[in-house]
Amino acid sequence: MLNYISGIMPALLSGTRMTLSIFFWTLICSIPLGALVGLGLITKFKPLAWILNLYVWLMRGTPLLLQLIFVFYGLPLLKPYAIIFPRYQAALFAFILNYTAYFGEIFRGGFQSVPRGQFESAKVLHLSYPQTIRKIVIPQVVKIVLPSIGNEVINLVKDSSLVYVIGLGDLLRAGNVASARDVTLLPLVLVGIIYLMLTAVCTIALRMIEKRSSVWR
Amino acid sequence: MLEVKNLTKKFEDRLVLNDLSITVPDDEILAIVGPSGAGKTTLLRCITGLETPNQGEFFWNGKQFDPKNNDLIGVVFQDYQLFPNLTVMQNITLAPTMVKKEPLKEVKKRAEQMLTQLGLQGKEDIYPFQLSGGQKQRVAIVRAMAMNPKILCYDEPTSALDPALRDEVAKIILGLKQSEGMTQLVVTHDMDFAKNIADQIERVKALS
Ligand SMILES: Nc1ncnc2c1ncn2[C@@H]1O[C@H](COP(=O)(O)OP(=O)(O)O)[C@@H](O)[C@H]1O
Ligand SMILES: [Mg+2]
Repeated sequence: MLNYISGIMPALLSGTRMTLSIFFWTLICSIPLGALVGLGLITKFKPLAWILNLYVWLMRGTPLLLQLIFVFYGLPLLKPYAIIFPRYQAALFAFILNYTAYFGEIFRGGFQSVPRGQFESAKVLHLSYPQTIRKIVIPQVVKIVLPSIGNEVINLVKDSSLVYVIGLGDLLRAGNVASARDVTLLPLVLVGIIYLMLTAVCTIALRMIEKRSSVWR
Repeated sequence: MLEVKNLTKKFEDRLVLNDLSITVPDDEILAIVGPSGAGKTTLLRCITGLETPNQGEFFWNGKQFDPKNNDLIGVVFQDYQLFPNLTVMQNITLAPTMVKKEPLKEVKKRAEQMLTQLGLQGKEDIYPFQLSGGQKQRVAIVRAMAMNPKILCYDEPTSALDPALRDEVAKIILGLKQSEGMTQLVVTHDMDFAKNIADQIERVKALS
């Protein structure tokens, strides 16, 4: 059995690499984008807020699976304006679009929960708007949104398995292929264990970040 | 000398301040008293540039100034509004170093002195949530003073405090008058407190 495990491990690890790659690039792009969308959602410039609200509504109101299929299989059918993404790019595009909407909504709440008095306090001390955002608002928002962002990060680890549907070789696919070929449950168990380890690492990392930001209240 | 001339402020159609003028000589303390809802906070917010008046002019030593853009005025808010993510020292040094580009070392030295004067030595590196209400208020005063204002404004400095601390606040305000020659505007609905500290009392009446 150990022989069997070490035999399929390379395939599973290569699948894990794909999963992690989707995970990291989605996070790296959609957290900053989400912060911008969050600011946009509360802007006084109504047309922008309106468009962003529509975007958030669409992304959160439809399944991510549908969005993936739409981007990869749907957009190429859009004659004569077919947009054709390679598989990996299609997956990233759909994930970033989807997660930016979720993060945007989280950041919107974060920005709104910084009391107005903090802005006024900064104003009478003559701090500029960028200085206020950087030194006062962002640290407070980060602390507020951290738990919700954490939830989404864990979700993303698992959601990344949806790329399976457009034929990307991620962890789940690697396990599924091995399981079907060798008619055994073992690869799926291993896949489960790897997902558990990934989410455990995320949870510990998030705890550490939360602890660091708990020196003040 | 601070002069406010013909200040009028409406919210929508509601007149809150009508053609109000005040004069505060140098080093003096003006107490602004009146019932709740009379417009005391609104008056202070107009002077500190947080509200835009419908009408009114502001002069310091005969020279007109813009409440939204000057380095004359410091503010101590009713709920202090310290920055919770910064330590006591960082709260104080943030604006002088970032806005006035003063060297951190010098700002810190001055801050230490003021903190010690107000009995806050040893609290430099803790966060606002670790302070009592009275201590927060004193940090807010030091933070405002660190920008070297000519005029210091307080909104209800006694309202959030234990009554026993009322005399402490009075002492601090009177102390700033003596040691720094600070011109001070103090909004309060506490008549005894006002009589205790003020050179001059301005009564604000509810208009509608
Ligand atoms: N931003 C605002 N919009 C509308 N009305 C306001 C606003 N701020 C204050 N008011 C009204 O103006 C009046 C004076 O308020 P305020 O200056 O806070 O009184 P005080 O500080 O004397 O208790 C109140 O009736 C209050 O409801
Ligand atoms: Mg008031």
